[in-house]
Amino acid sequence: MNSSDAIVQLRGVSRYFGGVTALDNVNFSCKAGSIHGILGENGAGKSTLIKILSGVLGASEGQILNNGKQVSYRSTAEATADGIVCIFQELSLVPDLTVAENIFIDQPPRRMGMIDNRKQRQMAVELLARIKCEDVDPDAHIRELSLSRRQMIEIAKALAKNPRVLILDEATSALTSNDVETVYDLMNELRADGVACIFISHRMKEVDALCDRLSVFRNGQHIQSFDKGGLNETEIVQLMIGREITAQYPPKRSTPIGETTLSVSSLRWENSLKGVDLQVNAGEIVGLGGLDGQGHKELLLGLFGALRGMTGEITFQGGTYKPSSPAQSKRQGLALVPEDRKTEGLMLEMSIGDNILLPNYKSVSQAGVINGRLANEAIAKAIELLQIKVGSADDPVETLSGGNQQKVVIAKWLMLNPDIILLNDPTRGIDVGTKQEIYRLMRDLVEAGKSVLLYSTDYAELIGCCDRVCVMYDGRIVSELEGDTLTEEAIVAASLNIHKDDPA
Amino acid sequence: MIGKLKATVLRNRGFTGALVLFAVLFITYQSIHPRGFSTAVLVQNSNEVVALAFVAIAQTIPVLIGGLDLSVGAVMTLTNTIASHVVTGTPMQMLLGAVLTLGAGTMFGLMNGLIVVYGRIQPIIATLATGAIAIGLALILRPSPGGDIDGDLNWAATNAVFDFAETYGFADNGNAAWIQPFVNIPVPLIILLVVALGVWLPFKRTVTCRTIYAIGSAEGAAHLSGLPIARAKIAAFTLAGFFAACGGLYLAIQTSSGNADLTQAGTYTLNSIASVVLGGTSLMGGTGGPIGSMIGAFILRIISFFFRILSIDPLLQPLIEGLVLLVAVSLGALRTFRVKNKLGLFR
Repeated sequence: MNSSDAIVQLRGVSRYFGGVTALDNVNFSCKAGSIHGILGENGAGKSTLIKILSGVLGASEGQILNNGKQVSYRSTAEATADGIVCIFQELSLVPDLTVAENIFIDQPPRRMGMIDNRKQRQMAVELLARIKCEDVDPDAHIRELSLSRRQMIEIAKALAKNPRVLILDEATSALTSNDVETVYDLMNELRADGVACIFISHRMKEVDALCDRLSVFRNGQHIQSFDKGGLNETEIVQLMIGREITAQYPPKRSTPIGETTLSVSSLRWENSLKGVDLQVNAGEIVGLGGLDGQGHKELLLGLFGALRGMTGEITFQGGTYKPSSPAQSKRQGLALVPEDRKTEGLMLEMSIGDNILLPNYKSVSQAGVINGRLANEAIAKAIELLQIKVGSADDPVETLSGGNQQKVVIAKWLMLNPDIILLNDPTRGIDVGTKQEIYRLMRDLVEAGKSVLLYSTDYAELIGCCDRVCVMYDGRIVSELEGDTLTEEAIVAASLNIHKDDPA
Repeated sequence: MIGKLKATVLRNRGFTGALVLFAVLFITYQSIHPRGFSTAVLVQNSNEVVALAFVAIAQTIPVLIGGLDLSVGAVMTLTNTIASHVVTGTPMQMLLGAVLTLGAGTMFGLMNGLIVVYGRIQPIIATLATGAIAIGLALILRPSPGGDIDGDLNWAATNAVFDFAETYGFADNGNAAWIQPFVNIPVPLIILLVVALGVWLPFKRTVTCRTIYAIGSAEGAAHLSGLPIARAKIAAFTLAGFFAACGGLYLAIQTSSGNADLTQAGTYTLNSIASVVLGGTSLMGGTGGPIGSMIGAFILRIISFFFRILSIDPLLQPLIEGLVLLVAVSLGALRTFRVKNKLGLFR
């Protein structure tokens, strides 16, 4: 592409978070009057890229050019003033303000220095008509609207800023099909007006239908850009994968599968779970695959009793199971290693020993009083079982490395001897050695007749560890992969909801 | 039209509830009072509520951003002692004194805001400290109660419109025909409404005020939307200082003196928080507003009026006030039953 018709351009842009490279020497450009799709796996650098473009993050190295002029934005407000507007995945709407106030939140129409409420309302009505949301009351609070309506308001808010570059980060994921059509029409309109749209979507079909040009990212690097139709789906999937396996996995199942531990059918919750069917057997590690935000987190939280208003059938250990609270789920024999160990898994300032004891006070207490000797024995046993490298069990847990912290989280649940352990991305951000120990541990658990349900963002890990992988897409399980069909290509294809007759 | 009204009421449940509660309490009180619905009772009640209403308004704005200002009562006391020194002399000098008093409170609020924003200190602890400083300054200014505020001003500001006109000899000493519909309105109520609405309604139509609500509702979203967060936080505390100073100035005029009363400062601060909650503003921030808090202050005061006419033991007053507050706050907590993801309760 000729650099002169590029509206935004990145030259050698890198971004580091501590020692982690999120973007690695990226060269990227996008033309005015085009729709540019960006593809990549979890952690490929897509989000970092758009955060840099829209002023949320700064680049560690490299240049960003807007219309040929070098820029460096320190805030979203600066990027917006320069015509770059981003529709964020995590909504940027204020729940307690009205629709009209949100749409014109930082640049309301004014009269004599004061916000002109009547004009603002009228402009909001016009914008709502443009995105075919005439049913939305401009005086309604965002809190009252459904998630799909909020997403449309987010789009209206972006349009109100008259963007020259519009970035849509998964902006269609929460929309109804009617609204998706509206957004497509809108994007085509914007393209005709000379606006550049950067479009990130996990729906391959959308990307195919809409985009003029595609760029594939992998491990923070820009792999390739090509015009629409330049490569077929299989080739695109190949581009998205292409990485070496770095960890060693323990051998797979040697014992036969036991009875069904957990069986779930048509599980629904809000907009996140849309009828999940799943079975986990004793002696089996079942993986949950798919891209971020397809309902894995909600599924695990729901099974552990942290969600209210979930519907569907669950049987656990042969009986009907209705999760009502984490305390009850714990008593029934479930355990959950949550997504964020620092806020949901551990009390960072408390000691390692106290953290391990948290769910286990009952087993170390006599007549309601903690027995110090039993407690110390339990702690010592847990530390030995998981080989947690500690100076003293009395040290605060925050003094441990990430990997050892995660071991503490796992240890505290294993002490309960649960029948099934639910793990939400347990190896994220920890070193290879500890990862291998955790794999080994999971395998030992299932050999002993327990069950493991593992969500991981790392596909290689799913393939290496799991006996069976269920891929989630849009609140459902769309594919079950096992044995020879369990390949990275198959997982990536399923997580983009590409249906292939012949799993390559 | 009715649908719109219903929607508005539903969106302002807390405020509507406060208004209804106040109306019920007010009408009941006036009905059983031997001299109910008379100017004298109204004037007396208004005088007792103005200072608290101002302090409650002051408290509301930091609460809207999800903070708490523990210095409002102390700033009221400080400005009260300042006023007792400077609001004296010729009318011009008194006006200048009043401006100086309000300016001092506003500057104190600004200082709170700067400390919270640039010192990155939690509002509750920052204002606990500055509140103590304010009391210290007040004690230096008025080691013992005293002061000499103009008697005419005191009389005019604490009675009905008729007395105001008579004191300053306009509208034919309050007998002119055009002023007749207003003669029985208490002046303190007019002062309260004019200042509160006169400052708040224009302010409400600024991006700064919108940002204050946005911070309390979802600070992350406010940040992503490019709103001026630092400016809004500073403005919230500055306005709190201004309104607290209004309370202090009025108190000085009402009592004709200044008094660095430590206990009174603390009581006003705590009552201001109670008024804010009663008025339908969430302590989490983002919803509600100062007008509701003003109603909340009315409610809190009217409860104490009941003790007088029903000759209930005044020792029971804190107990009953506490119960009313608890019931009102419990109604506000009903929303937690609608939270679908239980982890959402802890954020």
